Amino acid sequence: MSDSAKVTDKLLPDLPPPANSTGFIGWMRMHLFSTPANALLTLFAAYLLYILMVPSINWALISADWIGDSRDACTSGGACWVFVYNRFDQFMYGFYPEVERWRIDITFVLLVVLAAWLMLPRMPKKGLVSFITLIIYPVVAFFLLYGGSFGLEVVETHKWGGMSLTLILAIVGIVAALPFGVLLALGRRSEMPIVKSICVVYIEFWRGVPLITVLFMASVMLPLFVPEEVDFDKLLRAMIGIVLFQSAYMAEVVRGGLQAIPKGQYEAAQALGLNYWKMMGLIVLPQALKLMIPGIVNTFIALFKDTSLVLIIGLFDILAIVQAGLSDPNWLGFSVEGYTFVALMFWVFCFGMSKYSQHLEKRFHTGHGAR
Amino acid sequence: MSMTHQVEDDKLMVEMRGVNKWYGQFHVLKDVNLEVKKGERIVICGPSGSGKSTTIRCINRLEEHQKGDIIVDGTTLNNDLKNIETIRREVGMVFQHFNLFPHLTVLENCALAPIWVRKTPRDEAEEIAMKYLRRVKIEEQALKYPGQLSGGQQQRVAIARSLCMNPQIMLFDEPTSALDPEMIKEVLDVMVELADEGMTMICVTHEMGFAKTVADRVIFMDKGQIIEENEPHEFFNNPQSERTQAFLSQILNH
Repeated sequence: MSDSAKVTDKLLPDLPPPANSTGFIGWMRMHLFSTPANALLTLFAAYLLYILMVPSINWALISADWIGDSRDACTSGGACWVFVYNRFDQFMYGFYPEVERWRIDITFVLLVVLAAWLMLPRMPKKGLVSFITLIIYPVVAFFLLYGGSFGLEVVETHKWGGMSLTLILAIVGIVAALPFGVLLALGRRSEMPIVKSICVVYIEFWRGVPLITVLFMASVMLPLFVPEEVDFDKLLRAMIGIVLFQSAYMAEVVRGGLQAIPKGQYEAAQALGLNYWKMMGLIVLPQALKLMIPGIVNTFIALFKDTSLVLIIGLFDILAIVQAGLSDPNWLGFSVEGYTFVALMFWVFCFGMSKYSQHLEKRFHTGHGAR
Repeated sequence: MSMTHQVEDDKLMVEMRGVNKWYGQFHVLKDVNLEVKKGERIVICGPSGSGKSTTIRCINRLEEHQKGDIIVDGTTLNNDLKNIETIRREVGMVFQHFNLFPHLTVLENCALAPIWVRKTPRDEAEEIAMKYLRRVKIEEQALKYPGQLSGGQQQRVAIARSLCMNPQIMLFDEPTSALDPEMIKEVLDVMVELADEGMTMICVTHEMGFAKTVADRVIFMDKGQIIEENEPHEFFNNPQSERTQAFLSQILNH
């Protein structure tokens, strides 16, 4: 053996990591107190949290009044949730007649059951349930909510309102904007010049105008241009406006995902003899949609919150109906409670969407570096 | 080793006549003429940028040629989508970077095209898929995702995926160039086996050992042209063109 050769036949054993580098103490040392400056910042942040959180919690929970009939029940000096408690039904159902409110309940219970069926990985017959959810359910929901047949009384859409209206607008917007967005994105990447230019013009037009303008146009301008006999429902016009607007945003998110799919995936699909729609539907879109989950959910959340803009065209979504409640002389001065409640409602749904999207991302992760 | 295999002289599988192609101003294929008979194994080699990949990618229309004729198993390649689809059903292709579908399992990768292109019932398609996965000796990985396999395993899956469509011709586009050295052999072994069974093959490769033992003809391309074409023994031992000699001395002596 030459002098420069080195050899070992002794295998080193696996040792535990040094103490203080793992566990809670180790984590604190590493992330909170790694340097004197860092430790100072940590203490300062803790102090800030303390002076902000304690009064907030005290106001909202500890010294708050919850139940009662009028503002006289609010004596503890904290938040007066009595206002919300008294008007809760109206905040949920708007001006929907009280005796008919079970129809809204059934509509949403049905939706929750169907959605849960689709979201839980272990449930069987996903194809059939998707069909029911996307094709049959909207029809059923329409007849339940609007009525007019099967002996159900007609409830005009101007009586709809509150959280149920917000959810209807958001769900219709989300369900319709995604497929339109996908088609627009495919169109924008198409090699056919006419299809491509139509999609580009559409997307750039709708992205260039504010949603408020669109809603104003739909509710104020449109009736001026169509003959008087044609009476579009105001809610329907708002829905169409929202869908047209949001599908343009969705298209750009989808396009971003499509661009991230390597050319080799298209080539492999083509080489196997798949035509354009099969290639897109089986190979490209499933991968692109997976990449796009954060962007899509971001758009969904923005859409959900944007529905509150319909208050300017006289639809009473959750925000508008709380605002209306605040102008009731009996309940003047509870705007902080009212708006906190609205914020909380929006936050619950948006946070739910965000969490579900994180779960989806994990579920669809199928290993790395695959091409 | 392939000693006894049948080349059917009277049956042309691929015929390229005066094929030209440009990328913008760049003339990438110059008057390429190539005839491949049924059962024949062709190896195409040449320096990078010589047009060898482009040549085989024209055969299944991943690239469009602008001049000349390409006839595959009796079907002329033109802008007619029907013809393109017919040809793609008959021609399998294996890529340098495997191009497996990462969101599908190995089994789903293989069964996909039989189900959606050939309209084979799902369970039958999965049987076909398992048959070819066994043939490339990887059936135990059928339920894994491509991202969980090594490069060599992925490439064998890619070969099985192509075979599931029961192609008449297989195109290989540098199938071992992206592999670690220790994985090249397992892929070449599968290709040699395939050759022994009489598959018509066109391989773009730098594996000169494979060319020597398996090819019926070796084609050398440079700057978009076919420079030299010969049976392997003559090609390697007695190259005619200067450019071929230069190329061979570069890749064989190091």
